[in-house]
Amino acid sequence: MTATWTADEMMTVAAARILRDGTSCFVGIGLPSTAANLARSTHAPGLVLVYESGCLGAKPDRLPLSIGDGVLAETADAVVGVPEVFNYWLQPGRIDVGFLSAAQIDRFANINTTVIGGDYANPEVRLPGAGGAPEIAASCREVVVVVRQNRRTFSERVDFVTSVGFGAGTGHRELLGLTGSGPRVVITDLGILEPDPVTCELTLTHVHPGVRIDQVRAATSWDLAVSGALAVTQQPREDGLATLRALEATTQRVRGAA
Amino acid sequence: MAELVSLVEGIAELVHDGDTVALEGFTHLIPFAAGHEIIRQGRRDLTLVRMTPDIVYDQLIGMGCARRLVFSWGGNPGVGSLHRFRDAVQNGWPGRLEIEEHSHAGMANRYVAGASGLPFAVLRGYVGTDLIARSEQIRPITCPFTGELLTAVSALRPDVTIVHAQRADRSGNVQMWGITGVQKEAVLAARRSLVTVEEVVDVLSPAPDQVVLPTWAVTAVAEVPGGAHPSYAMGYSVRDNDFYLAWDAISRDRATFAAWMQDNVVTGSRV
Repeated sequence: MTATWTADEMMTVAAARILRDGTSCFVGIGLPSTAANLARSTHAPGLVLVYESGCLGAKPDRLPLSIGDGVLAETADAVVGVPEVFNYWLQPGRIDVGFLSAAQIDRFANINTTVIGGDYANPEVRLPGAGGAPEIAASCREVVVVVRQNRRTFSERVDFVTSVGFGAGTGHRELLGLTGSGPRVVITDLGILEPDPVTCELTLTHVHPGVRIDQVRAATSWDLAVSGALAVTQQPREDGLATLRALEATTQRVRGAA
Repeated sequence: MAELVSLVEGIAELVHDGDTVALEGFTHLIPFAAGHEIIRQGRRDLTLVRMTPDIVYDQLIGMGCARRLVFSWGGNPGVGSLHRFRDAVQNGWPGRLEIEEHSHAGMANRYVAGASGLPFAVLRGYVGTDLIARSEQIRPITCPFTGELLTAVSALRPDVTIVHAQRADRSGNVQMWGITGVQKEAVLAARRSLVTVEEVVDVLSPAPDQVVLPTWAVTAVAEVPGGAHPSYAMGYSVRDNDFYLAWDAISRDRATFAAWMQDNVVTGSRV
């Protein structure tokens, strides 16, 4: 029997696979939180989830709607203040992986979550802003970005640099004194992009099953680099999909009952 | 020593037109009832400070209380946009809103500096971002010991900070637990403070991870059961996630928003 899945499920599964058991992960809400909780529910039960609300080692049995849901505090190893989570835990580089999303991302994985279009004072679209992302992007040992791929999001230039990926390219993070190694992988609903080892430019290394290269190119506003060793992402396992769907069903049930 | 007051008295005495006001509470313990009382008392020209503006500032902004917003993340958590905030920034409705934005780490450290009686705080942050060019309150600084280039952020000193907590005793000592965010720092950074609490009790029994604000560090305490709704108070209530979802539709349209505020905040019962 062949499992079927949606593009979002493929993205979430691919993102969850990146997270290794026994490591720590600074989790943003939305797609990153879903993937991190799927990882903890499957191959990485010892994954330490850190939320910017100060919850260290949260073990929710459902997907939190916000970074400050009660289930995070109730299940955490420790609940600390917000200055502490950023100053003591994130800033010194204690967190292995920063999990982020983006409204716009460029070829060097610089991220915009601030404004789109117009100018800063009179933007076409005012986005929520930085939150924890600039320092997560700077200080986690490595960064994973989970974002749906389309031309508007995968932009030649970001309208505002909220969080630094590789800046203008090779060596720029070091020049800026950023302590983490930066984006390791960008996972989308179409495939997986990784920075070129020499140029740091995002390069398509995997397409998800059934996705063609020209589809990914069409969803990218710059001339997308494609790896010579392009592979097809391993398809989701049925048990992993079942776990993801159960997690989402529990979330809906709890939300409906609240 | 903190004075025990009613919410109406607390807002009337401590929040004035033109003040810099911080309502803190990181998803948990957001002082919604106090925000609603500020709206009912018709305060104007406020500089609103808050890491995560949330629905409470969407309401204050939409009702025309704010002149300026200092923040680090202005969204409806887990849902999407704050439509009143966006309408103010994009279209100047109901009035022009000046903004000053930071990262969470920057805002948290600005409160720490304020609470510490220092003019600024130091962090590894903002480097390489466009945020630096948009704020006078972010500056590079060289470490006098290592020569390393770091970032300085100026202290936040609100005229008044308002937070919500689970309990206070009759002497005005305040106890909170669960996610306590940046509330201790925000209260200690402020010139005046008001704490709304779920209940006033005879004796504060210890709770895990508790934060206690001694009565002599707080200006006034008001008993406001349910004062964090639709946010929550661990041990007393759960987050009303359905309301956060519903707010998207209520706030999207100016007239719908105004009617809802009139019915539920200005003249109606507290929600």
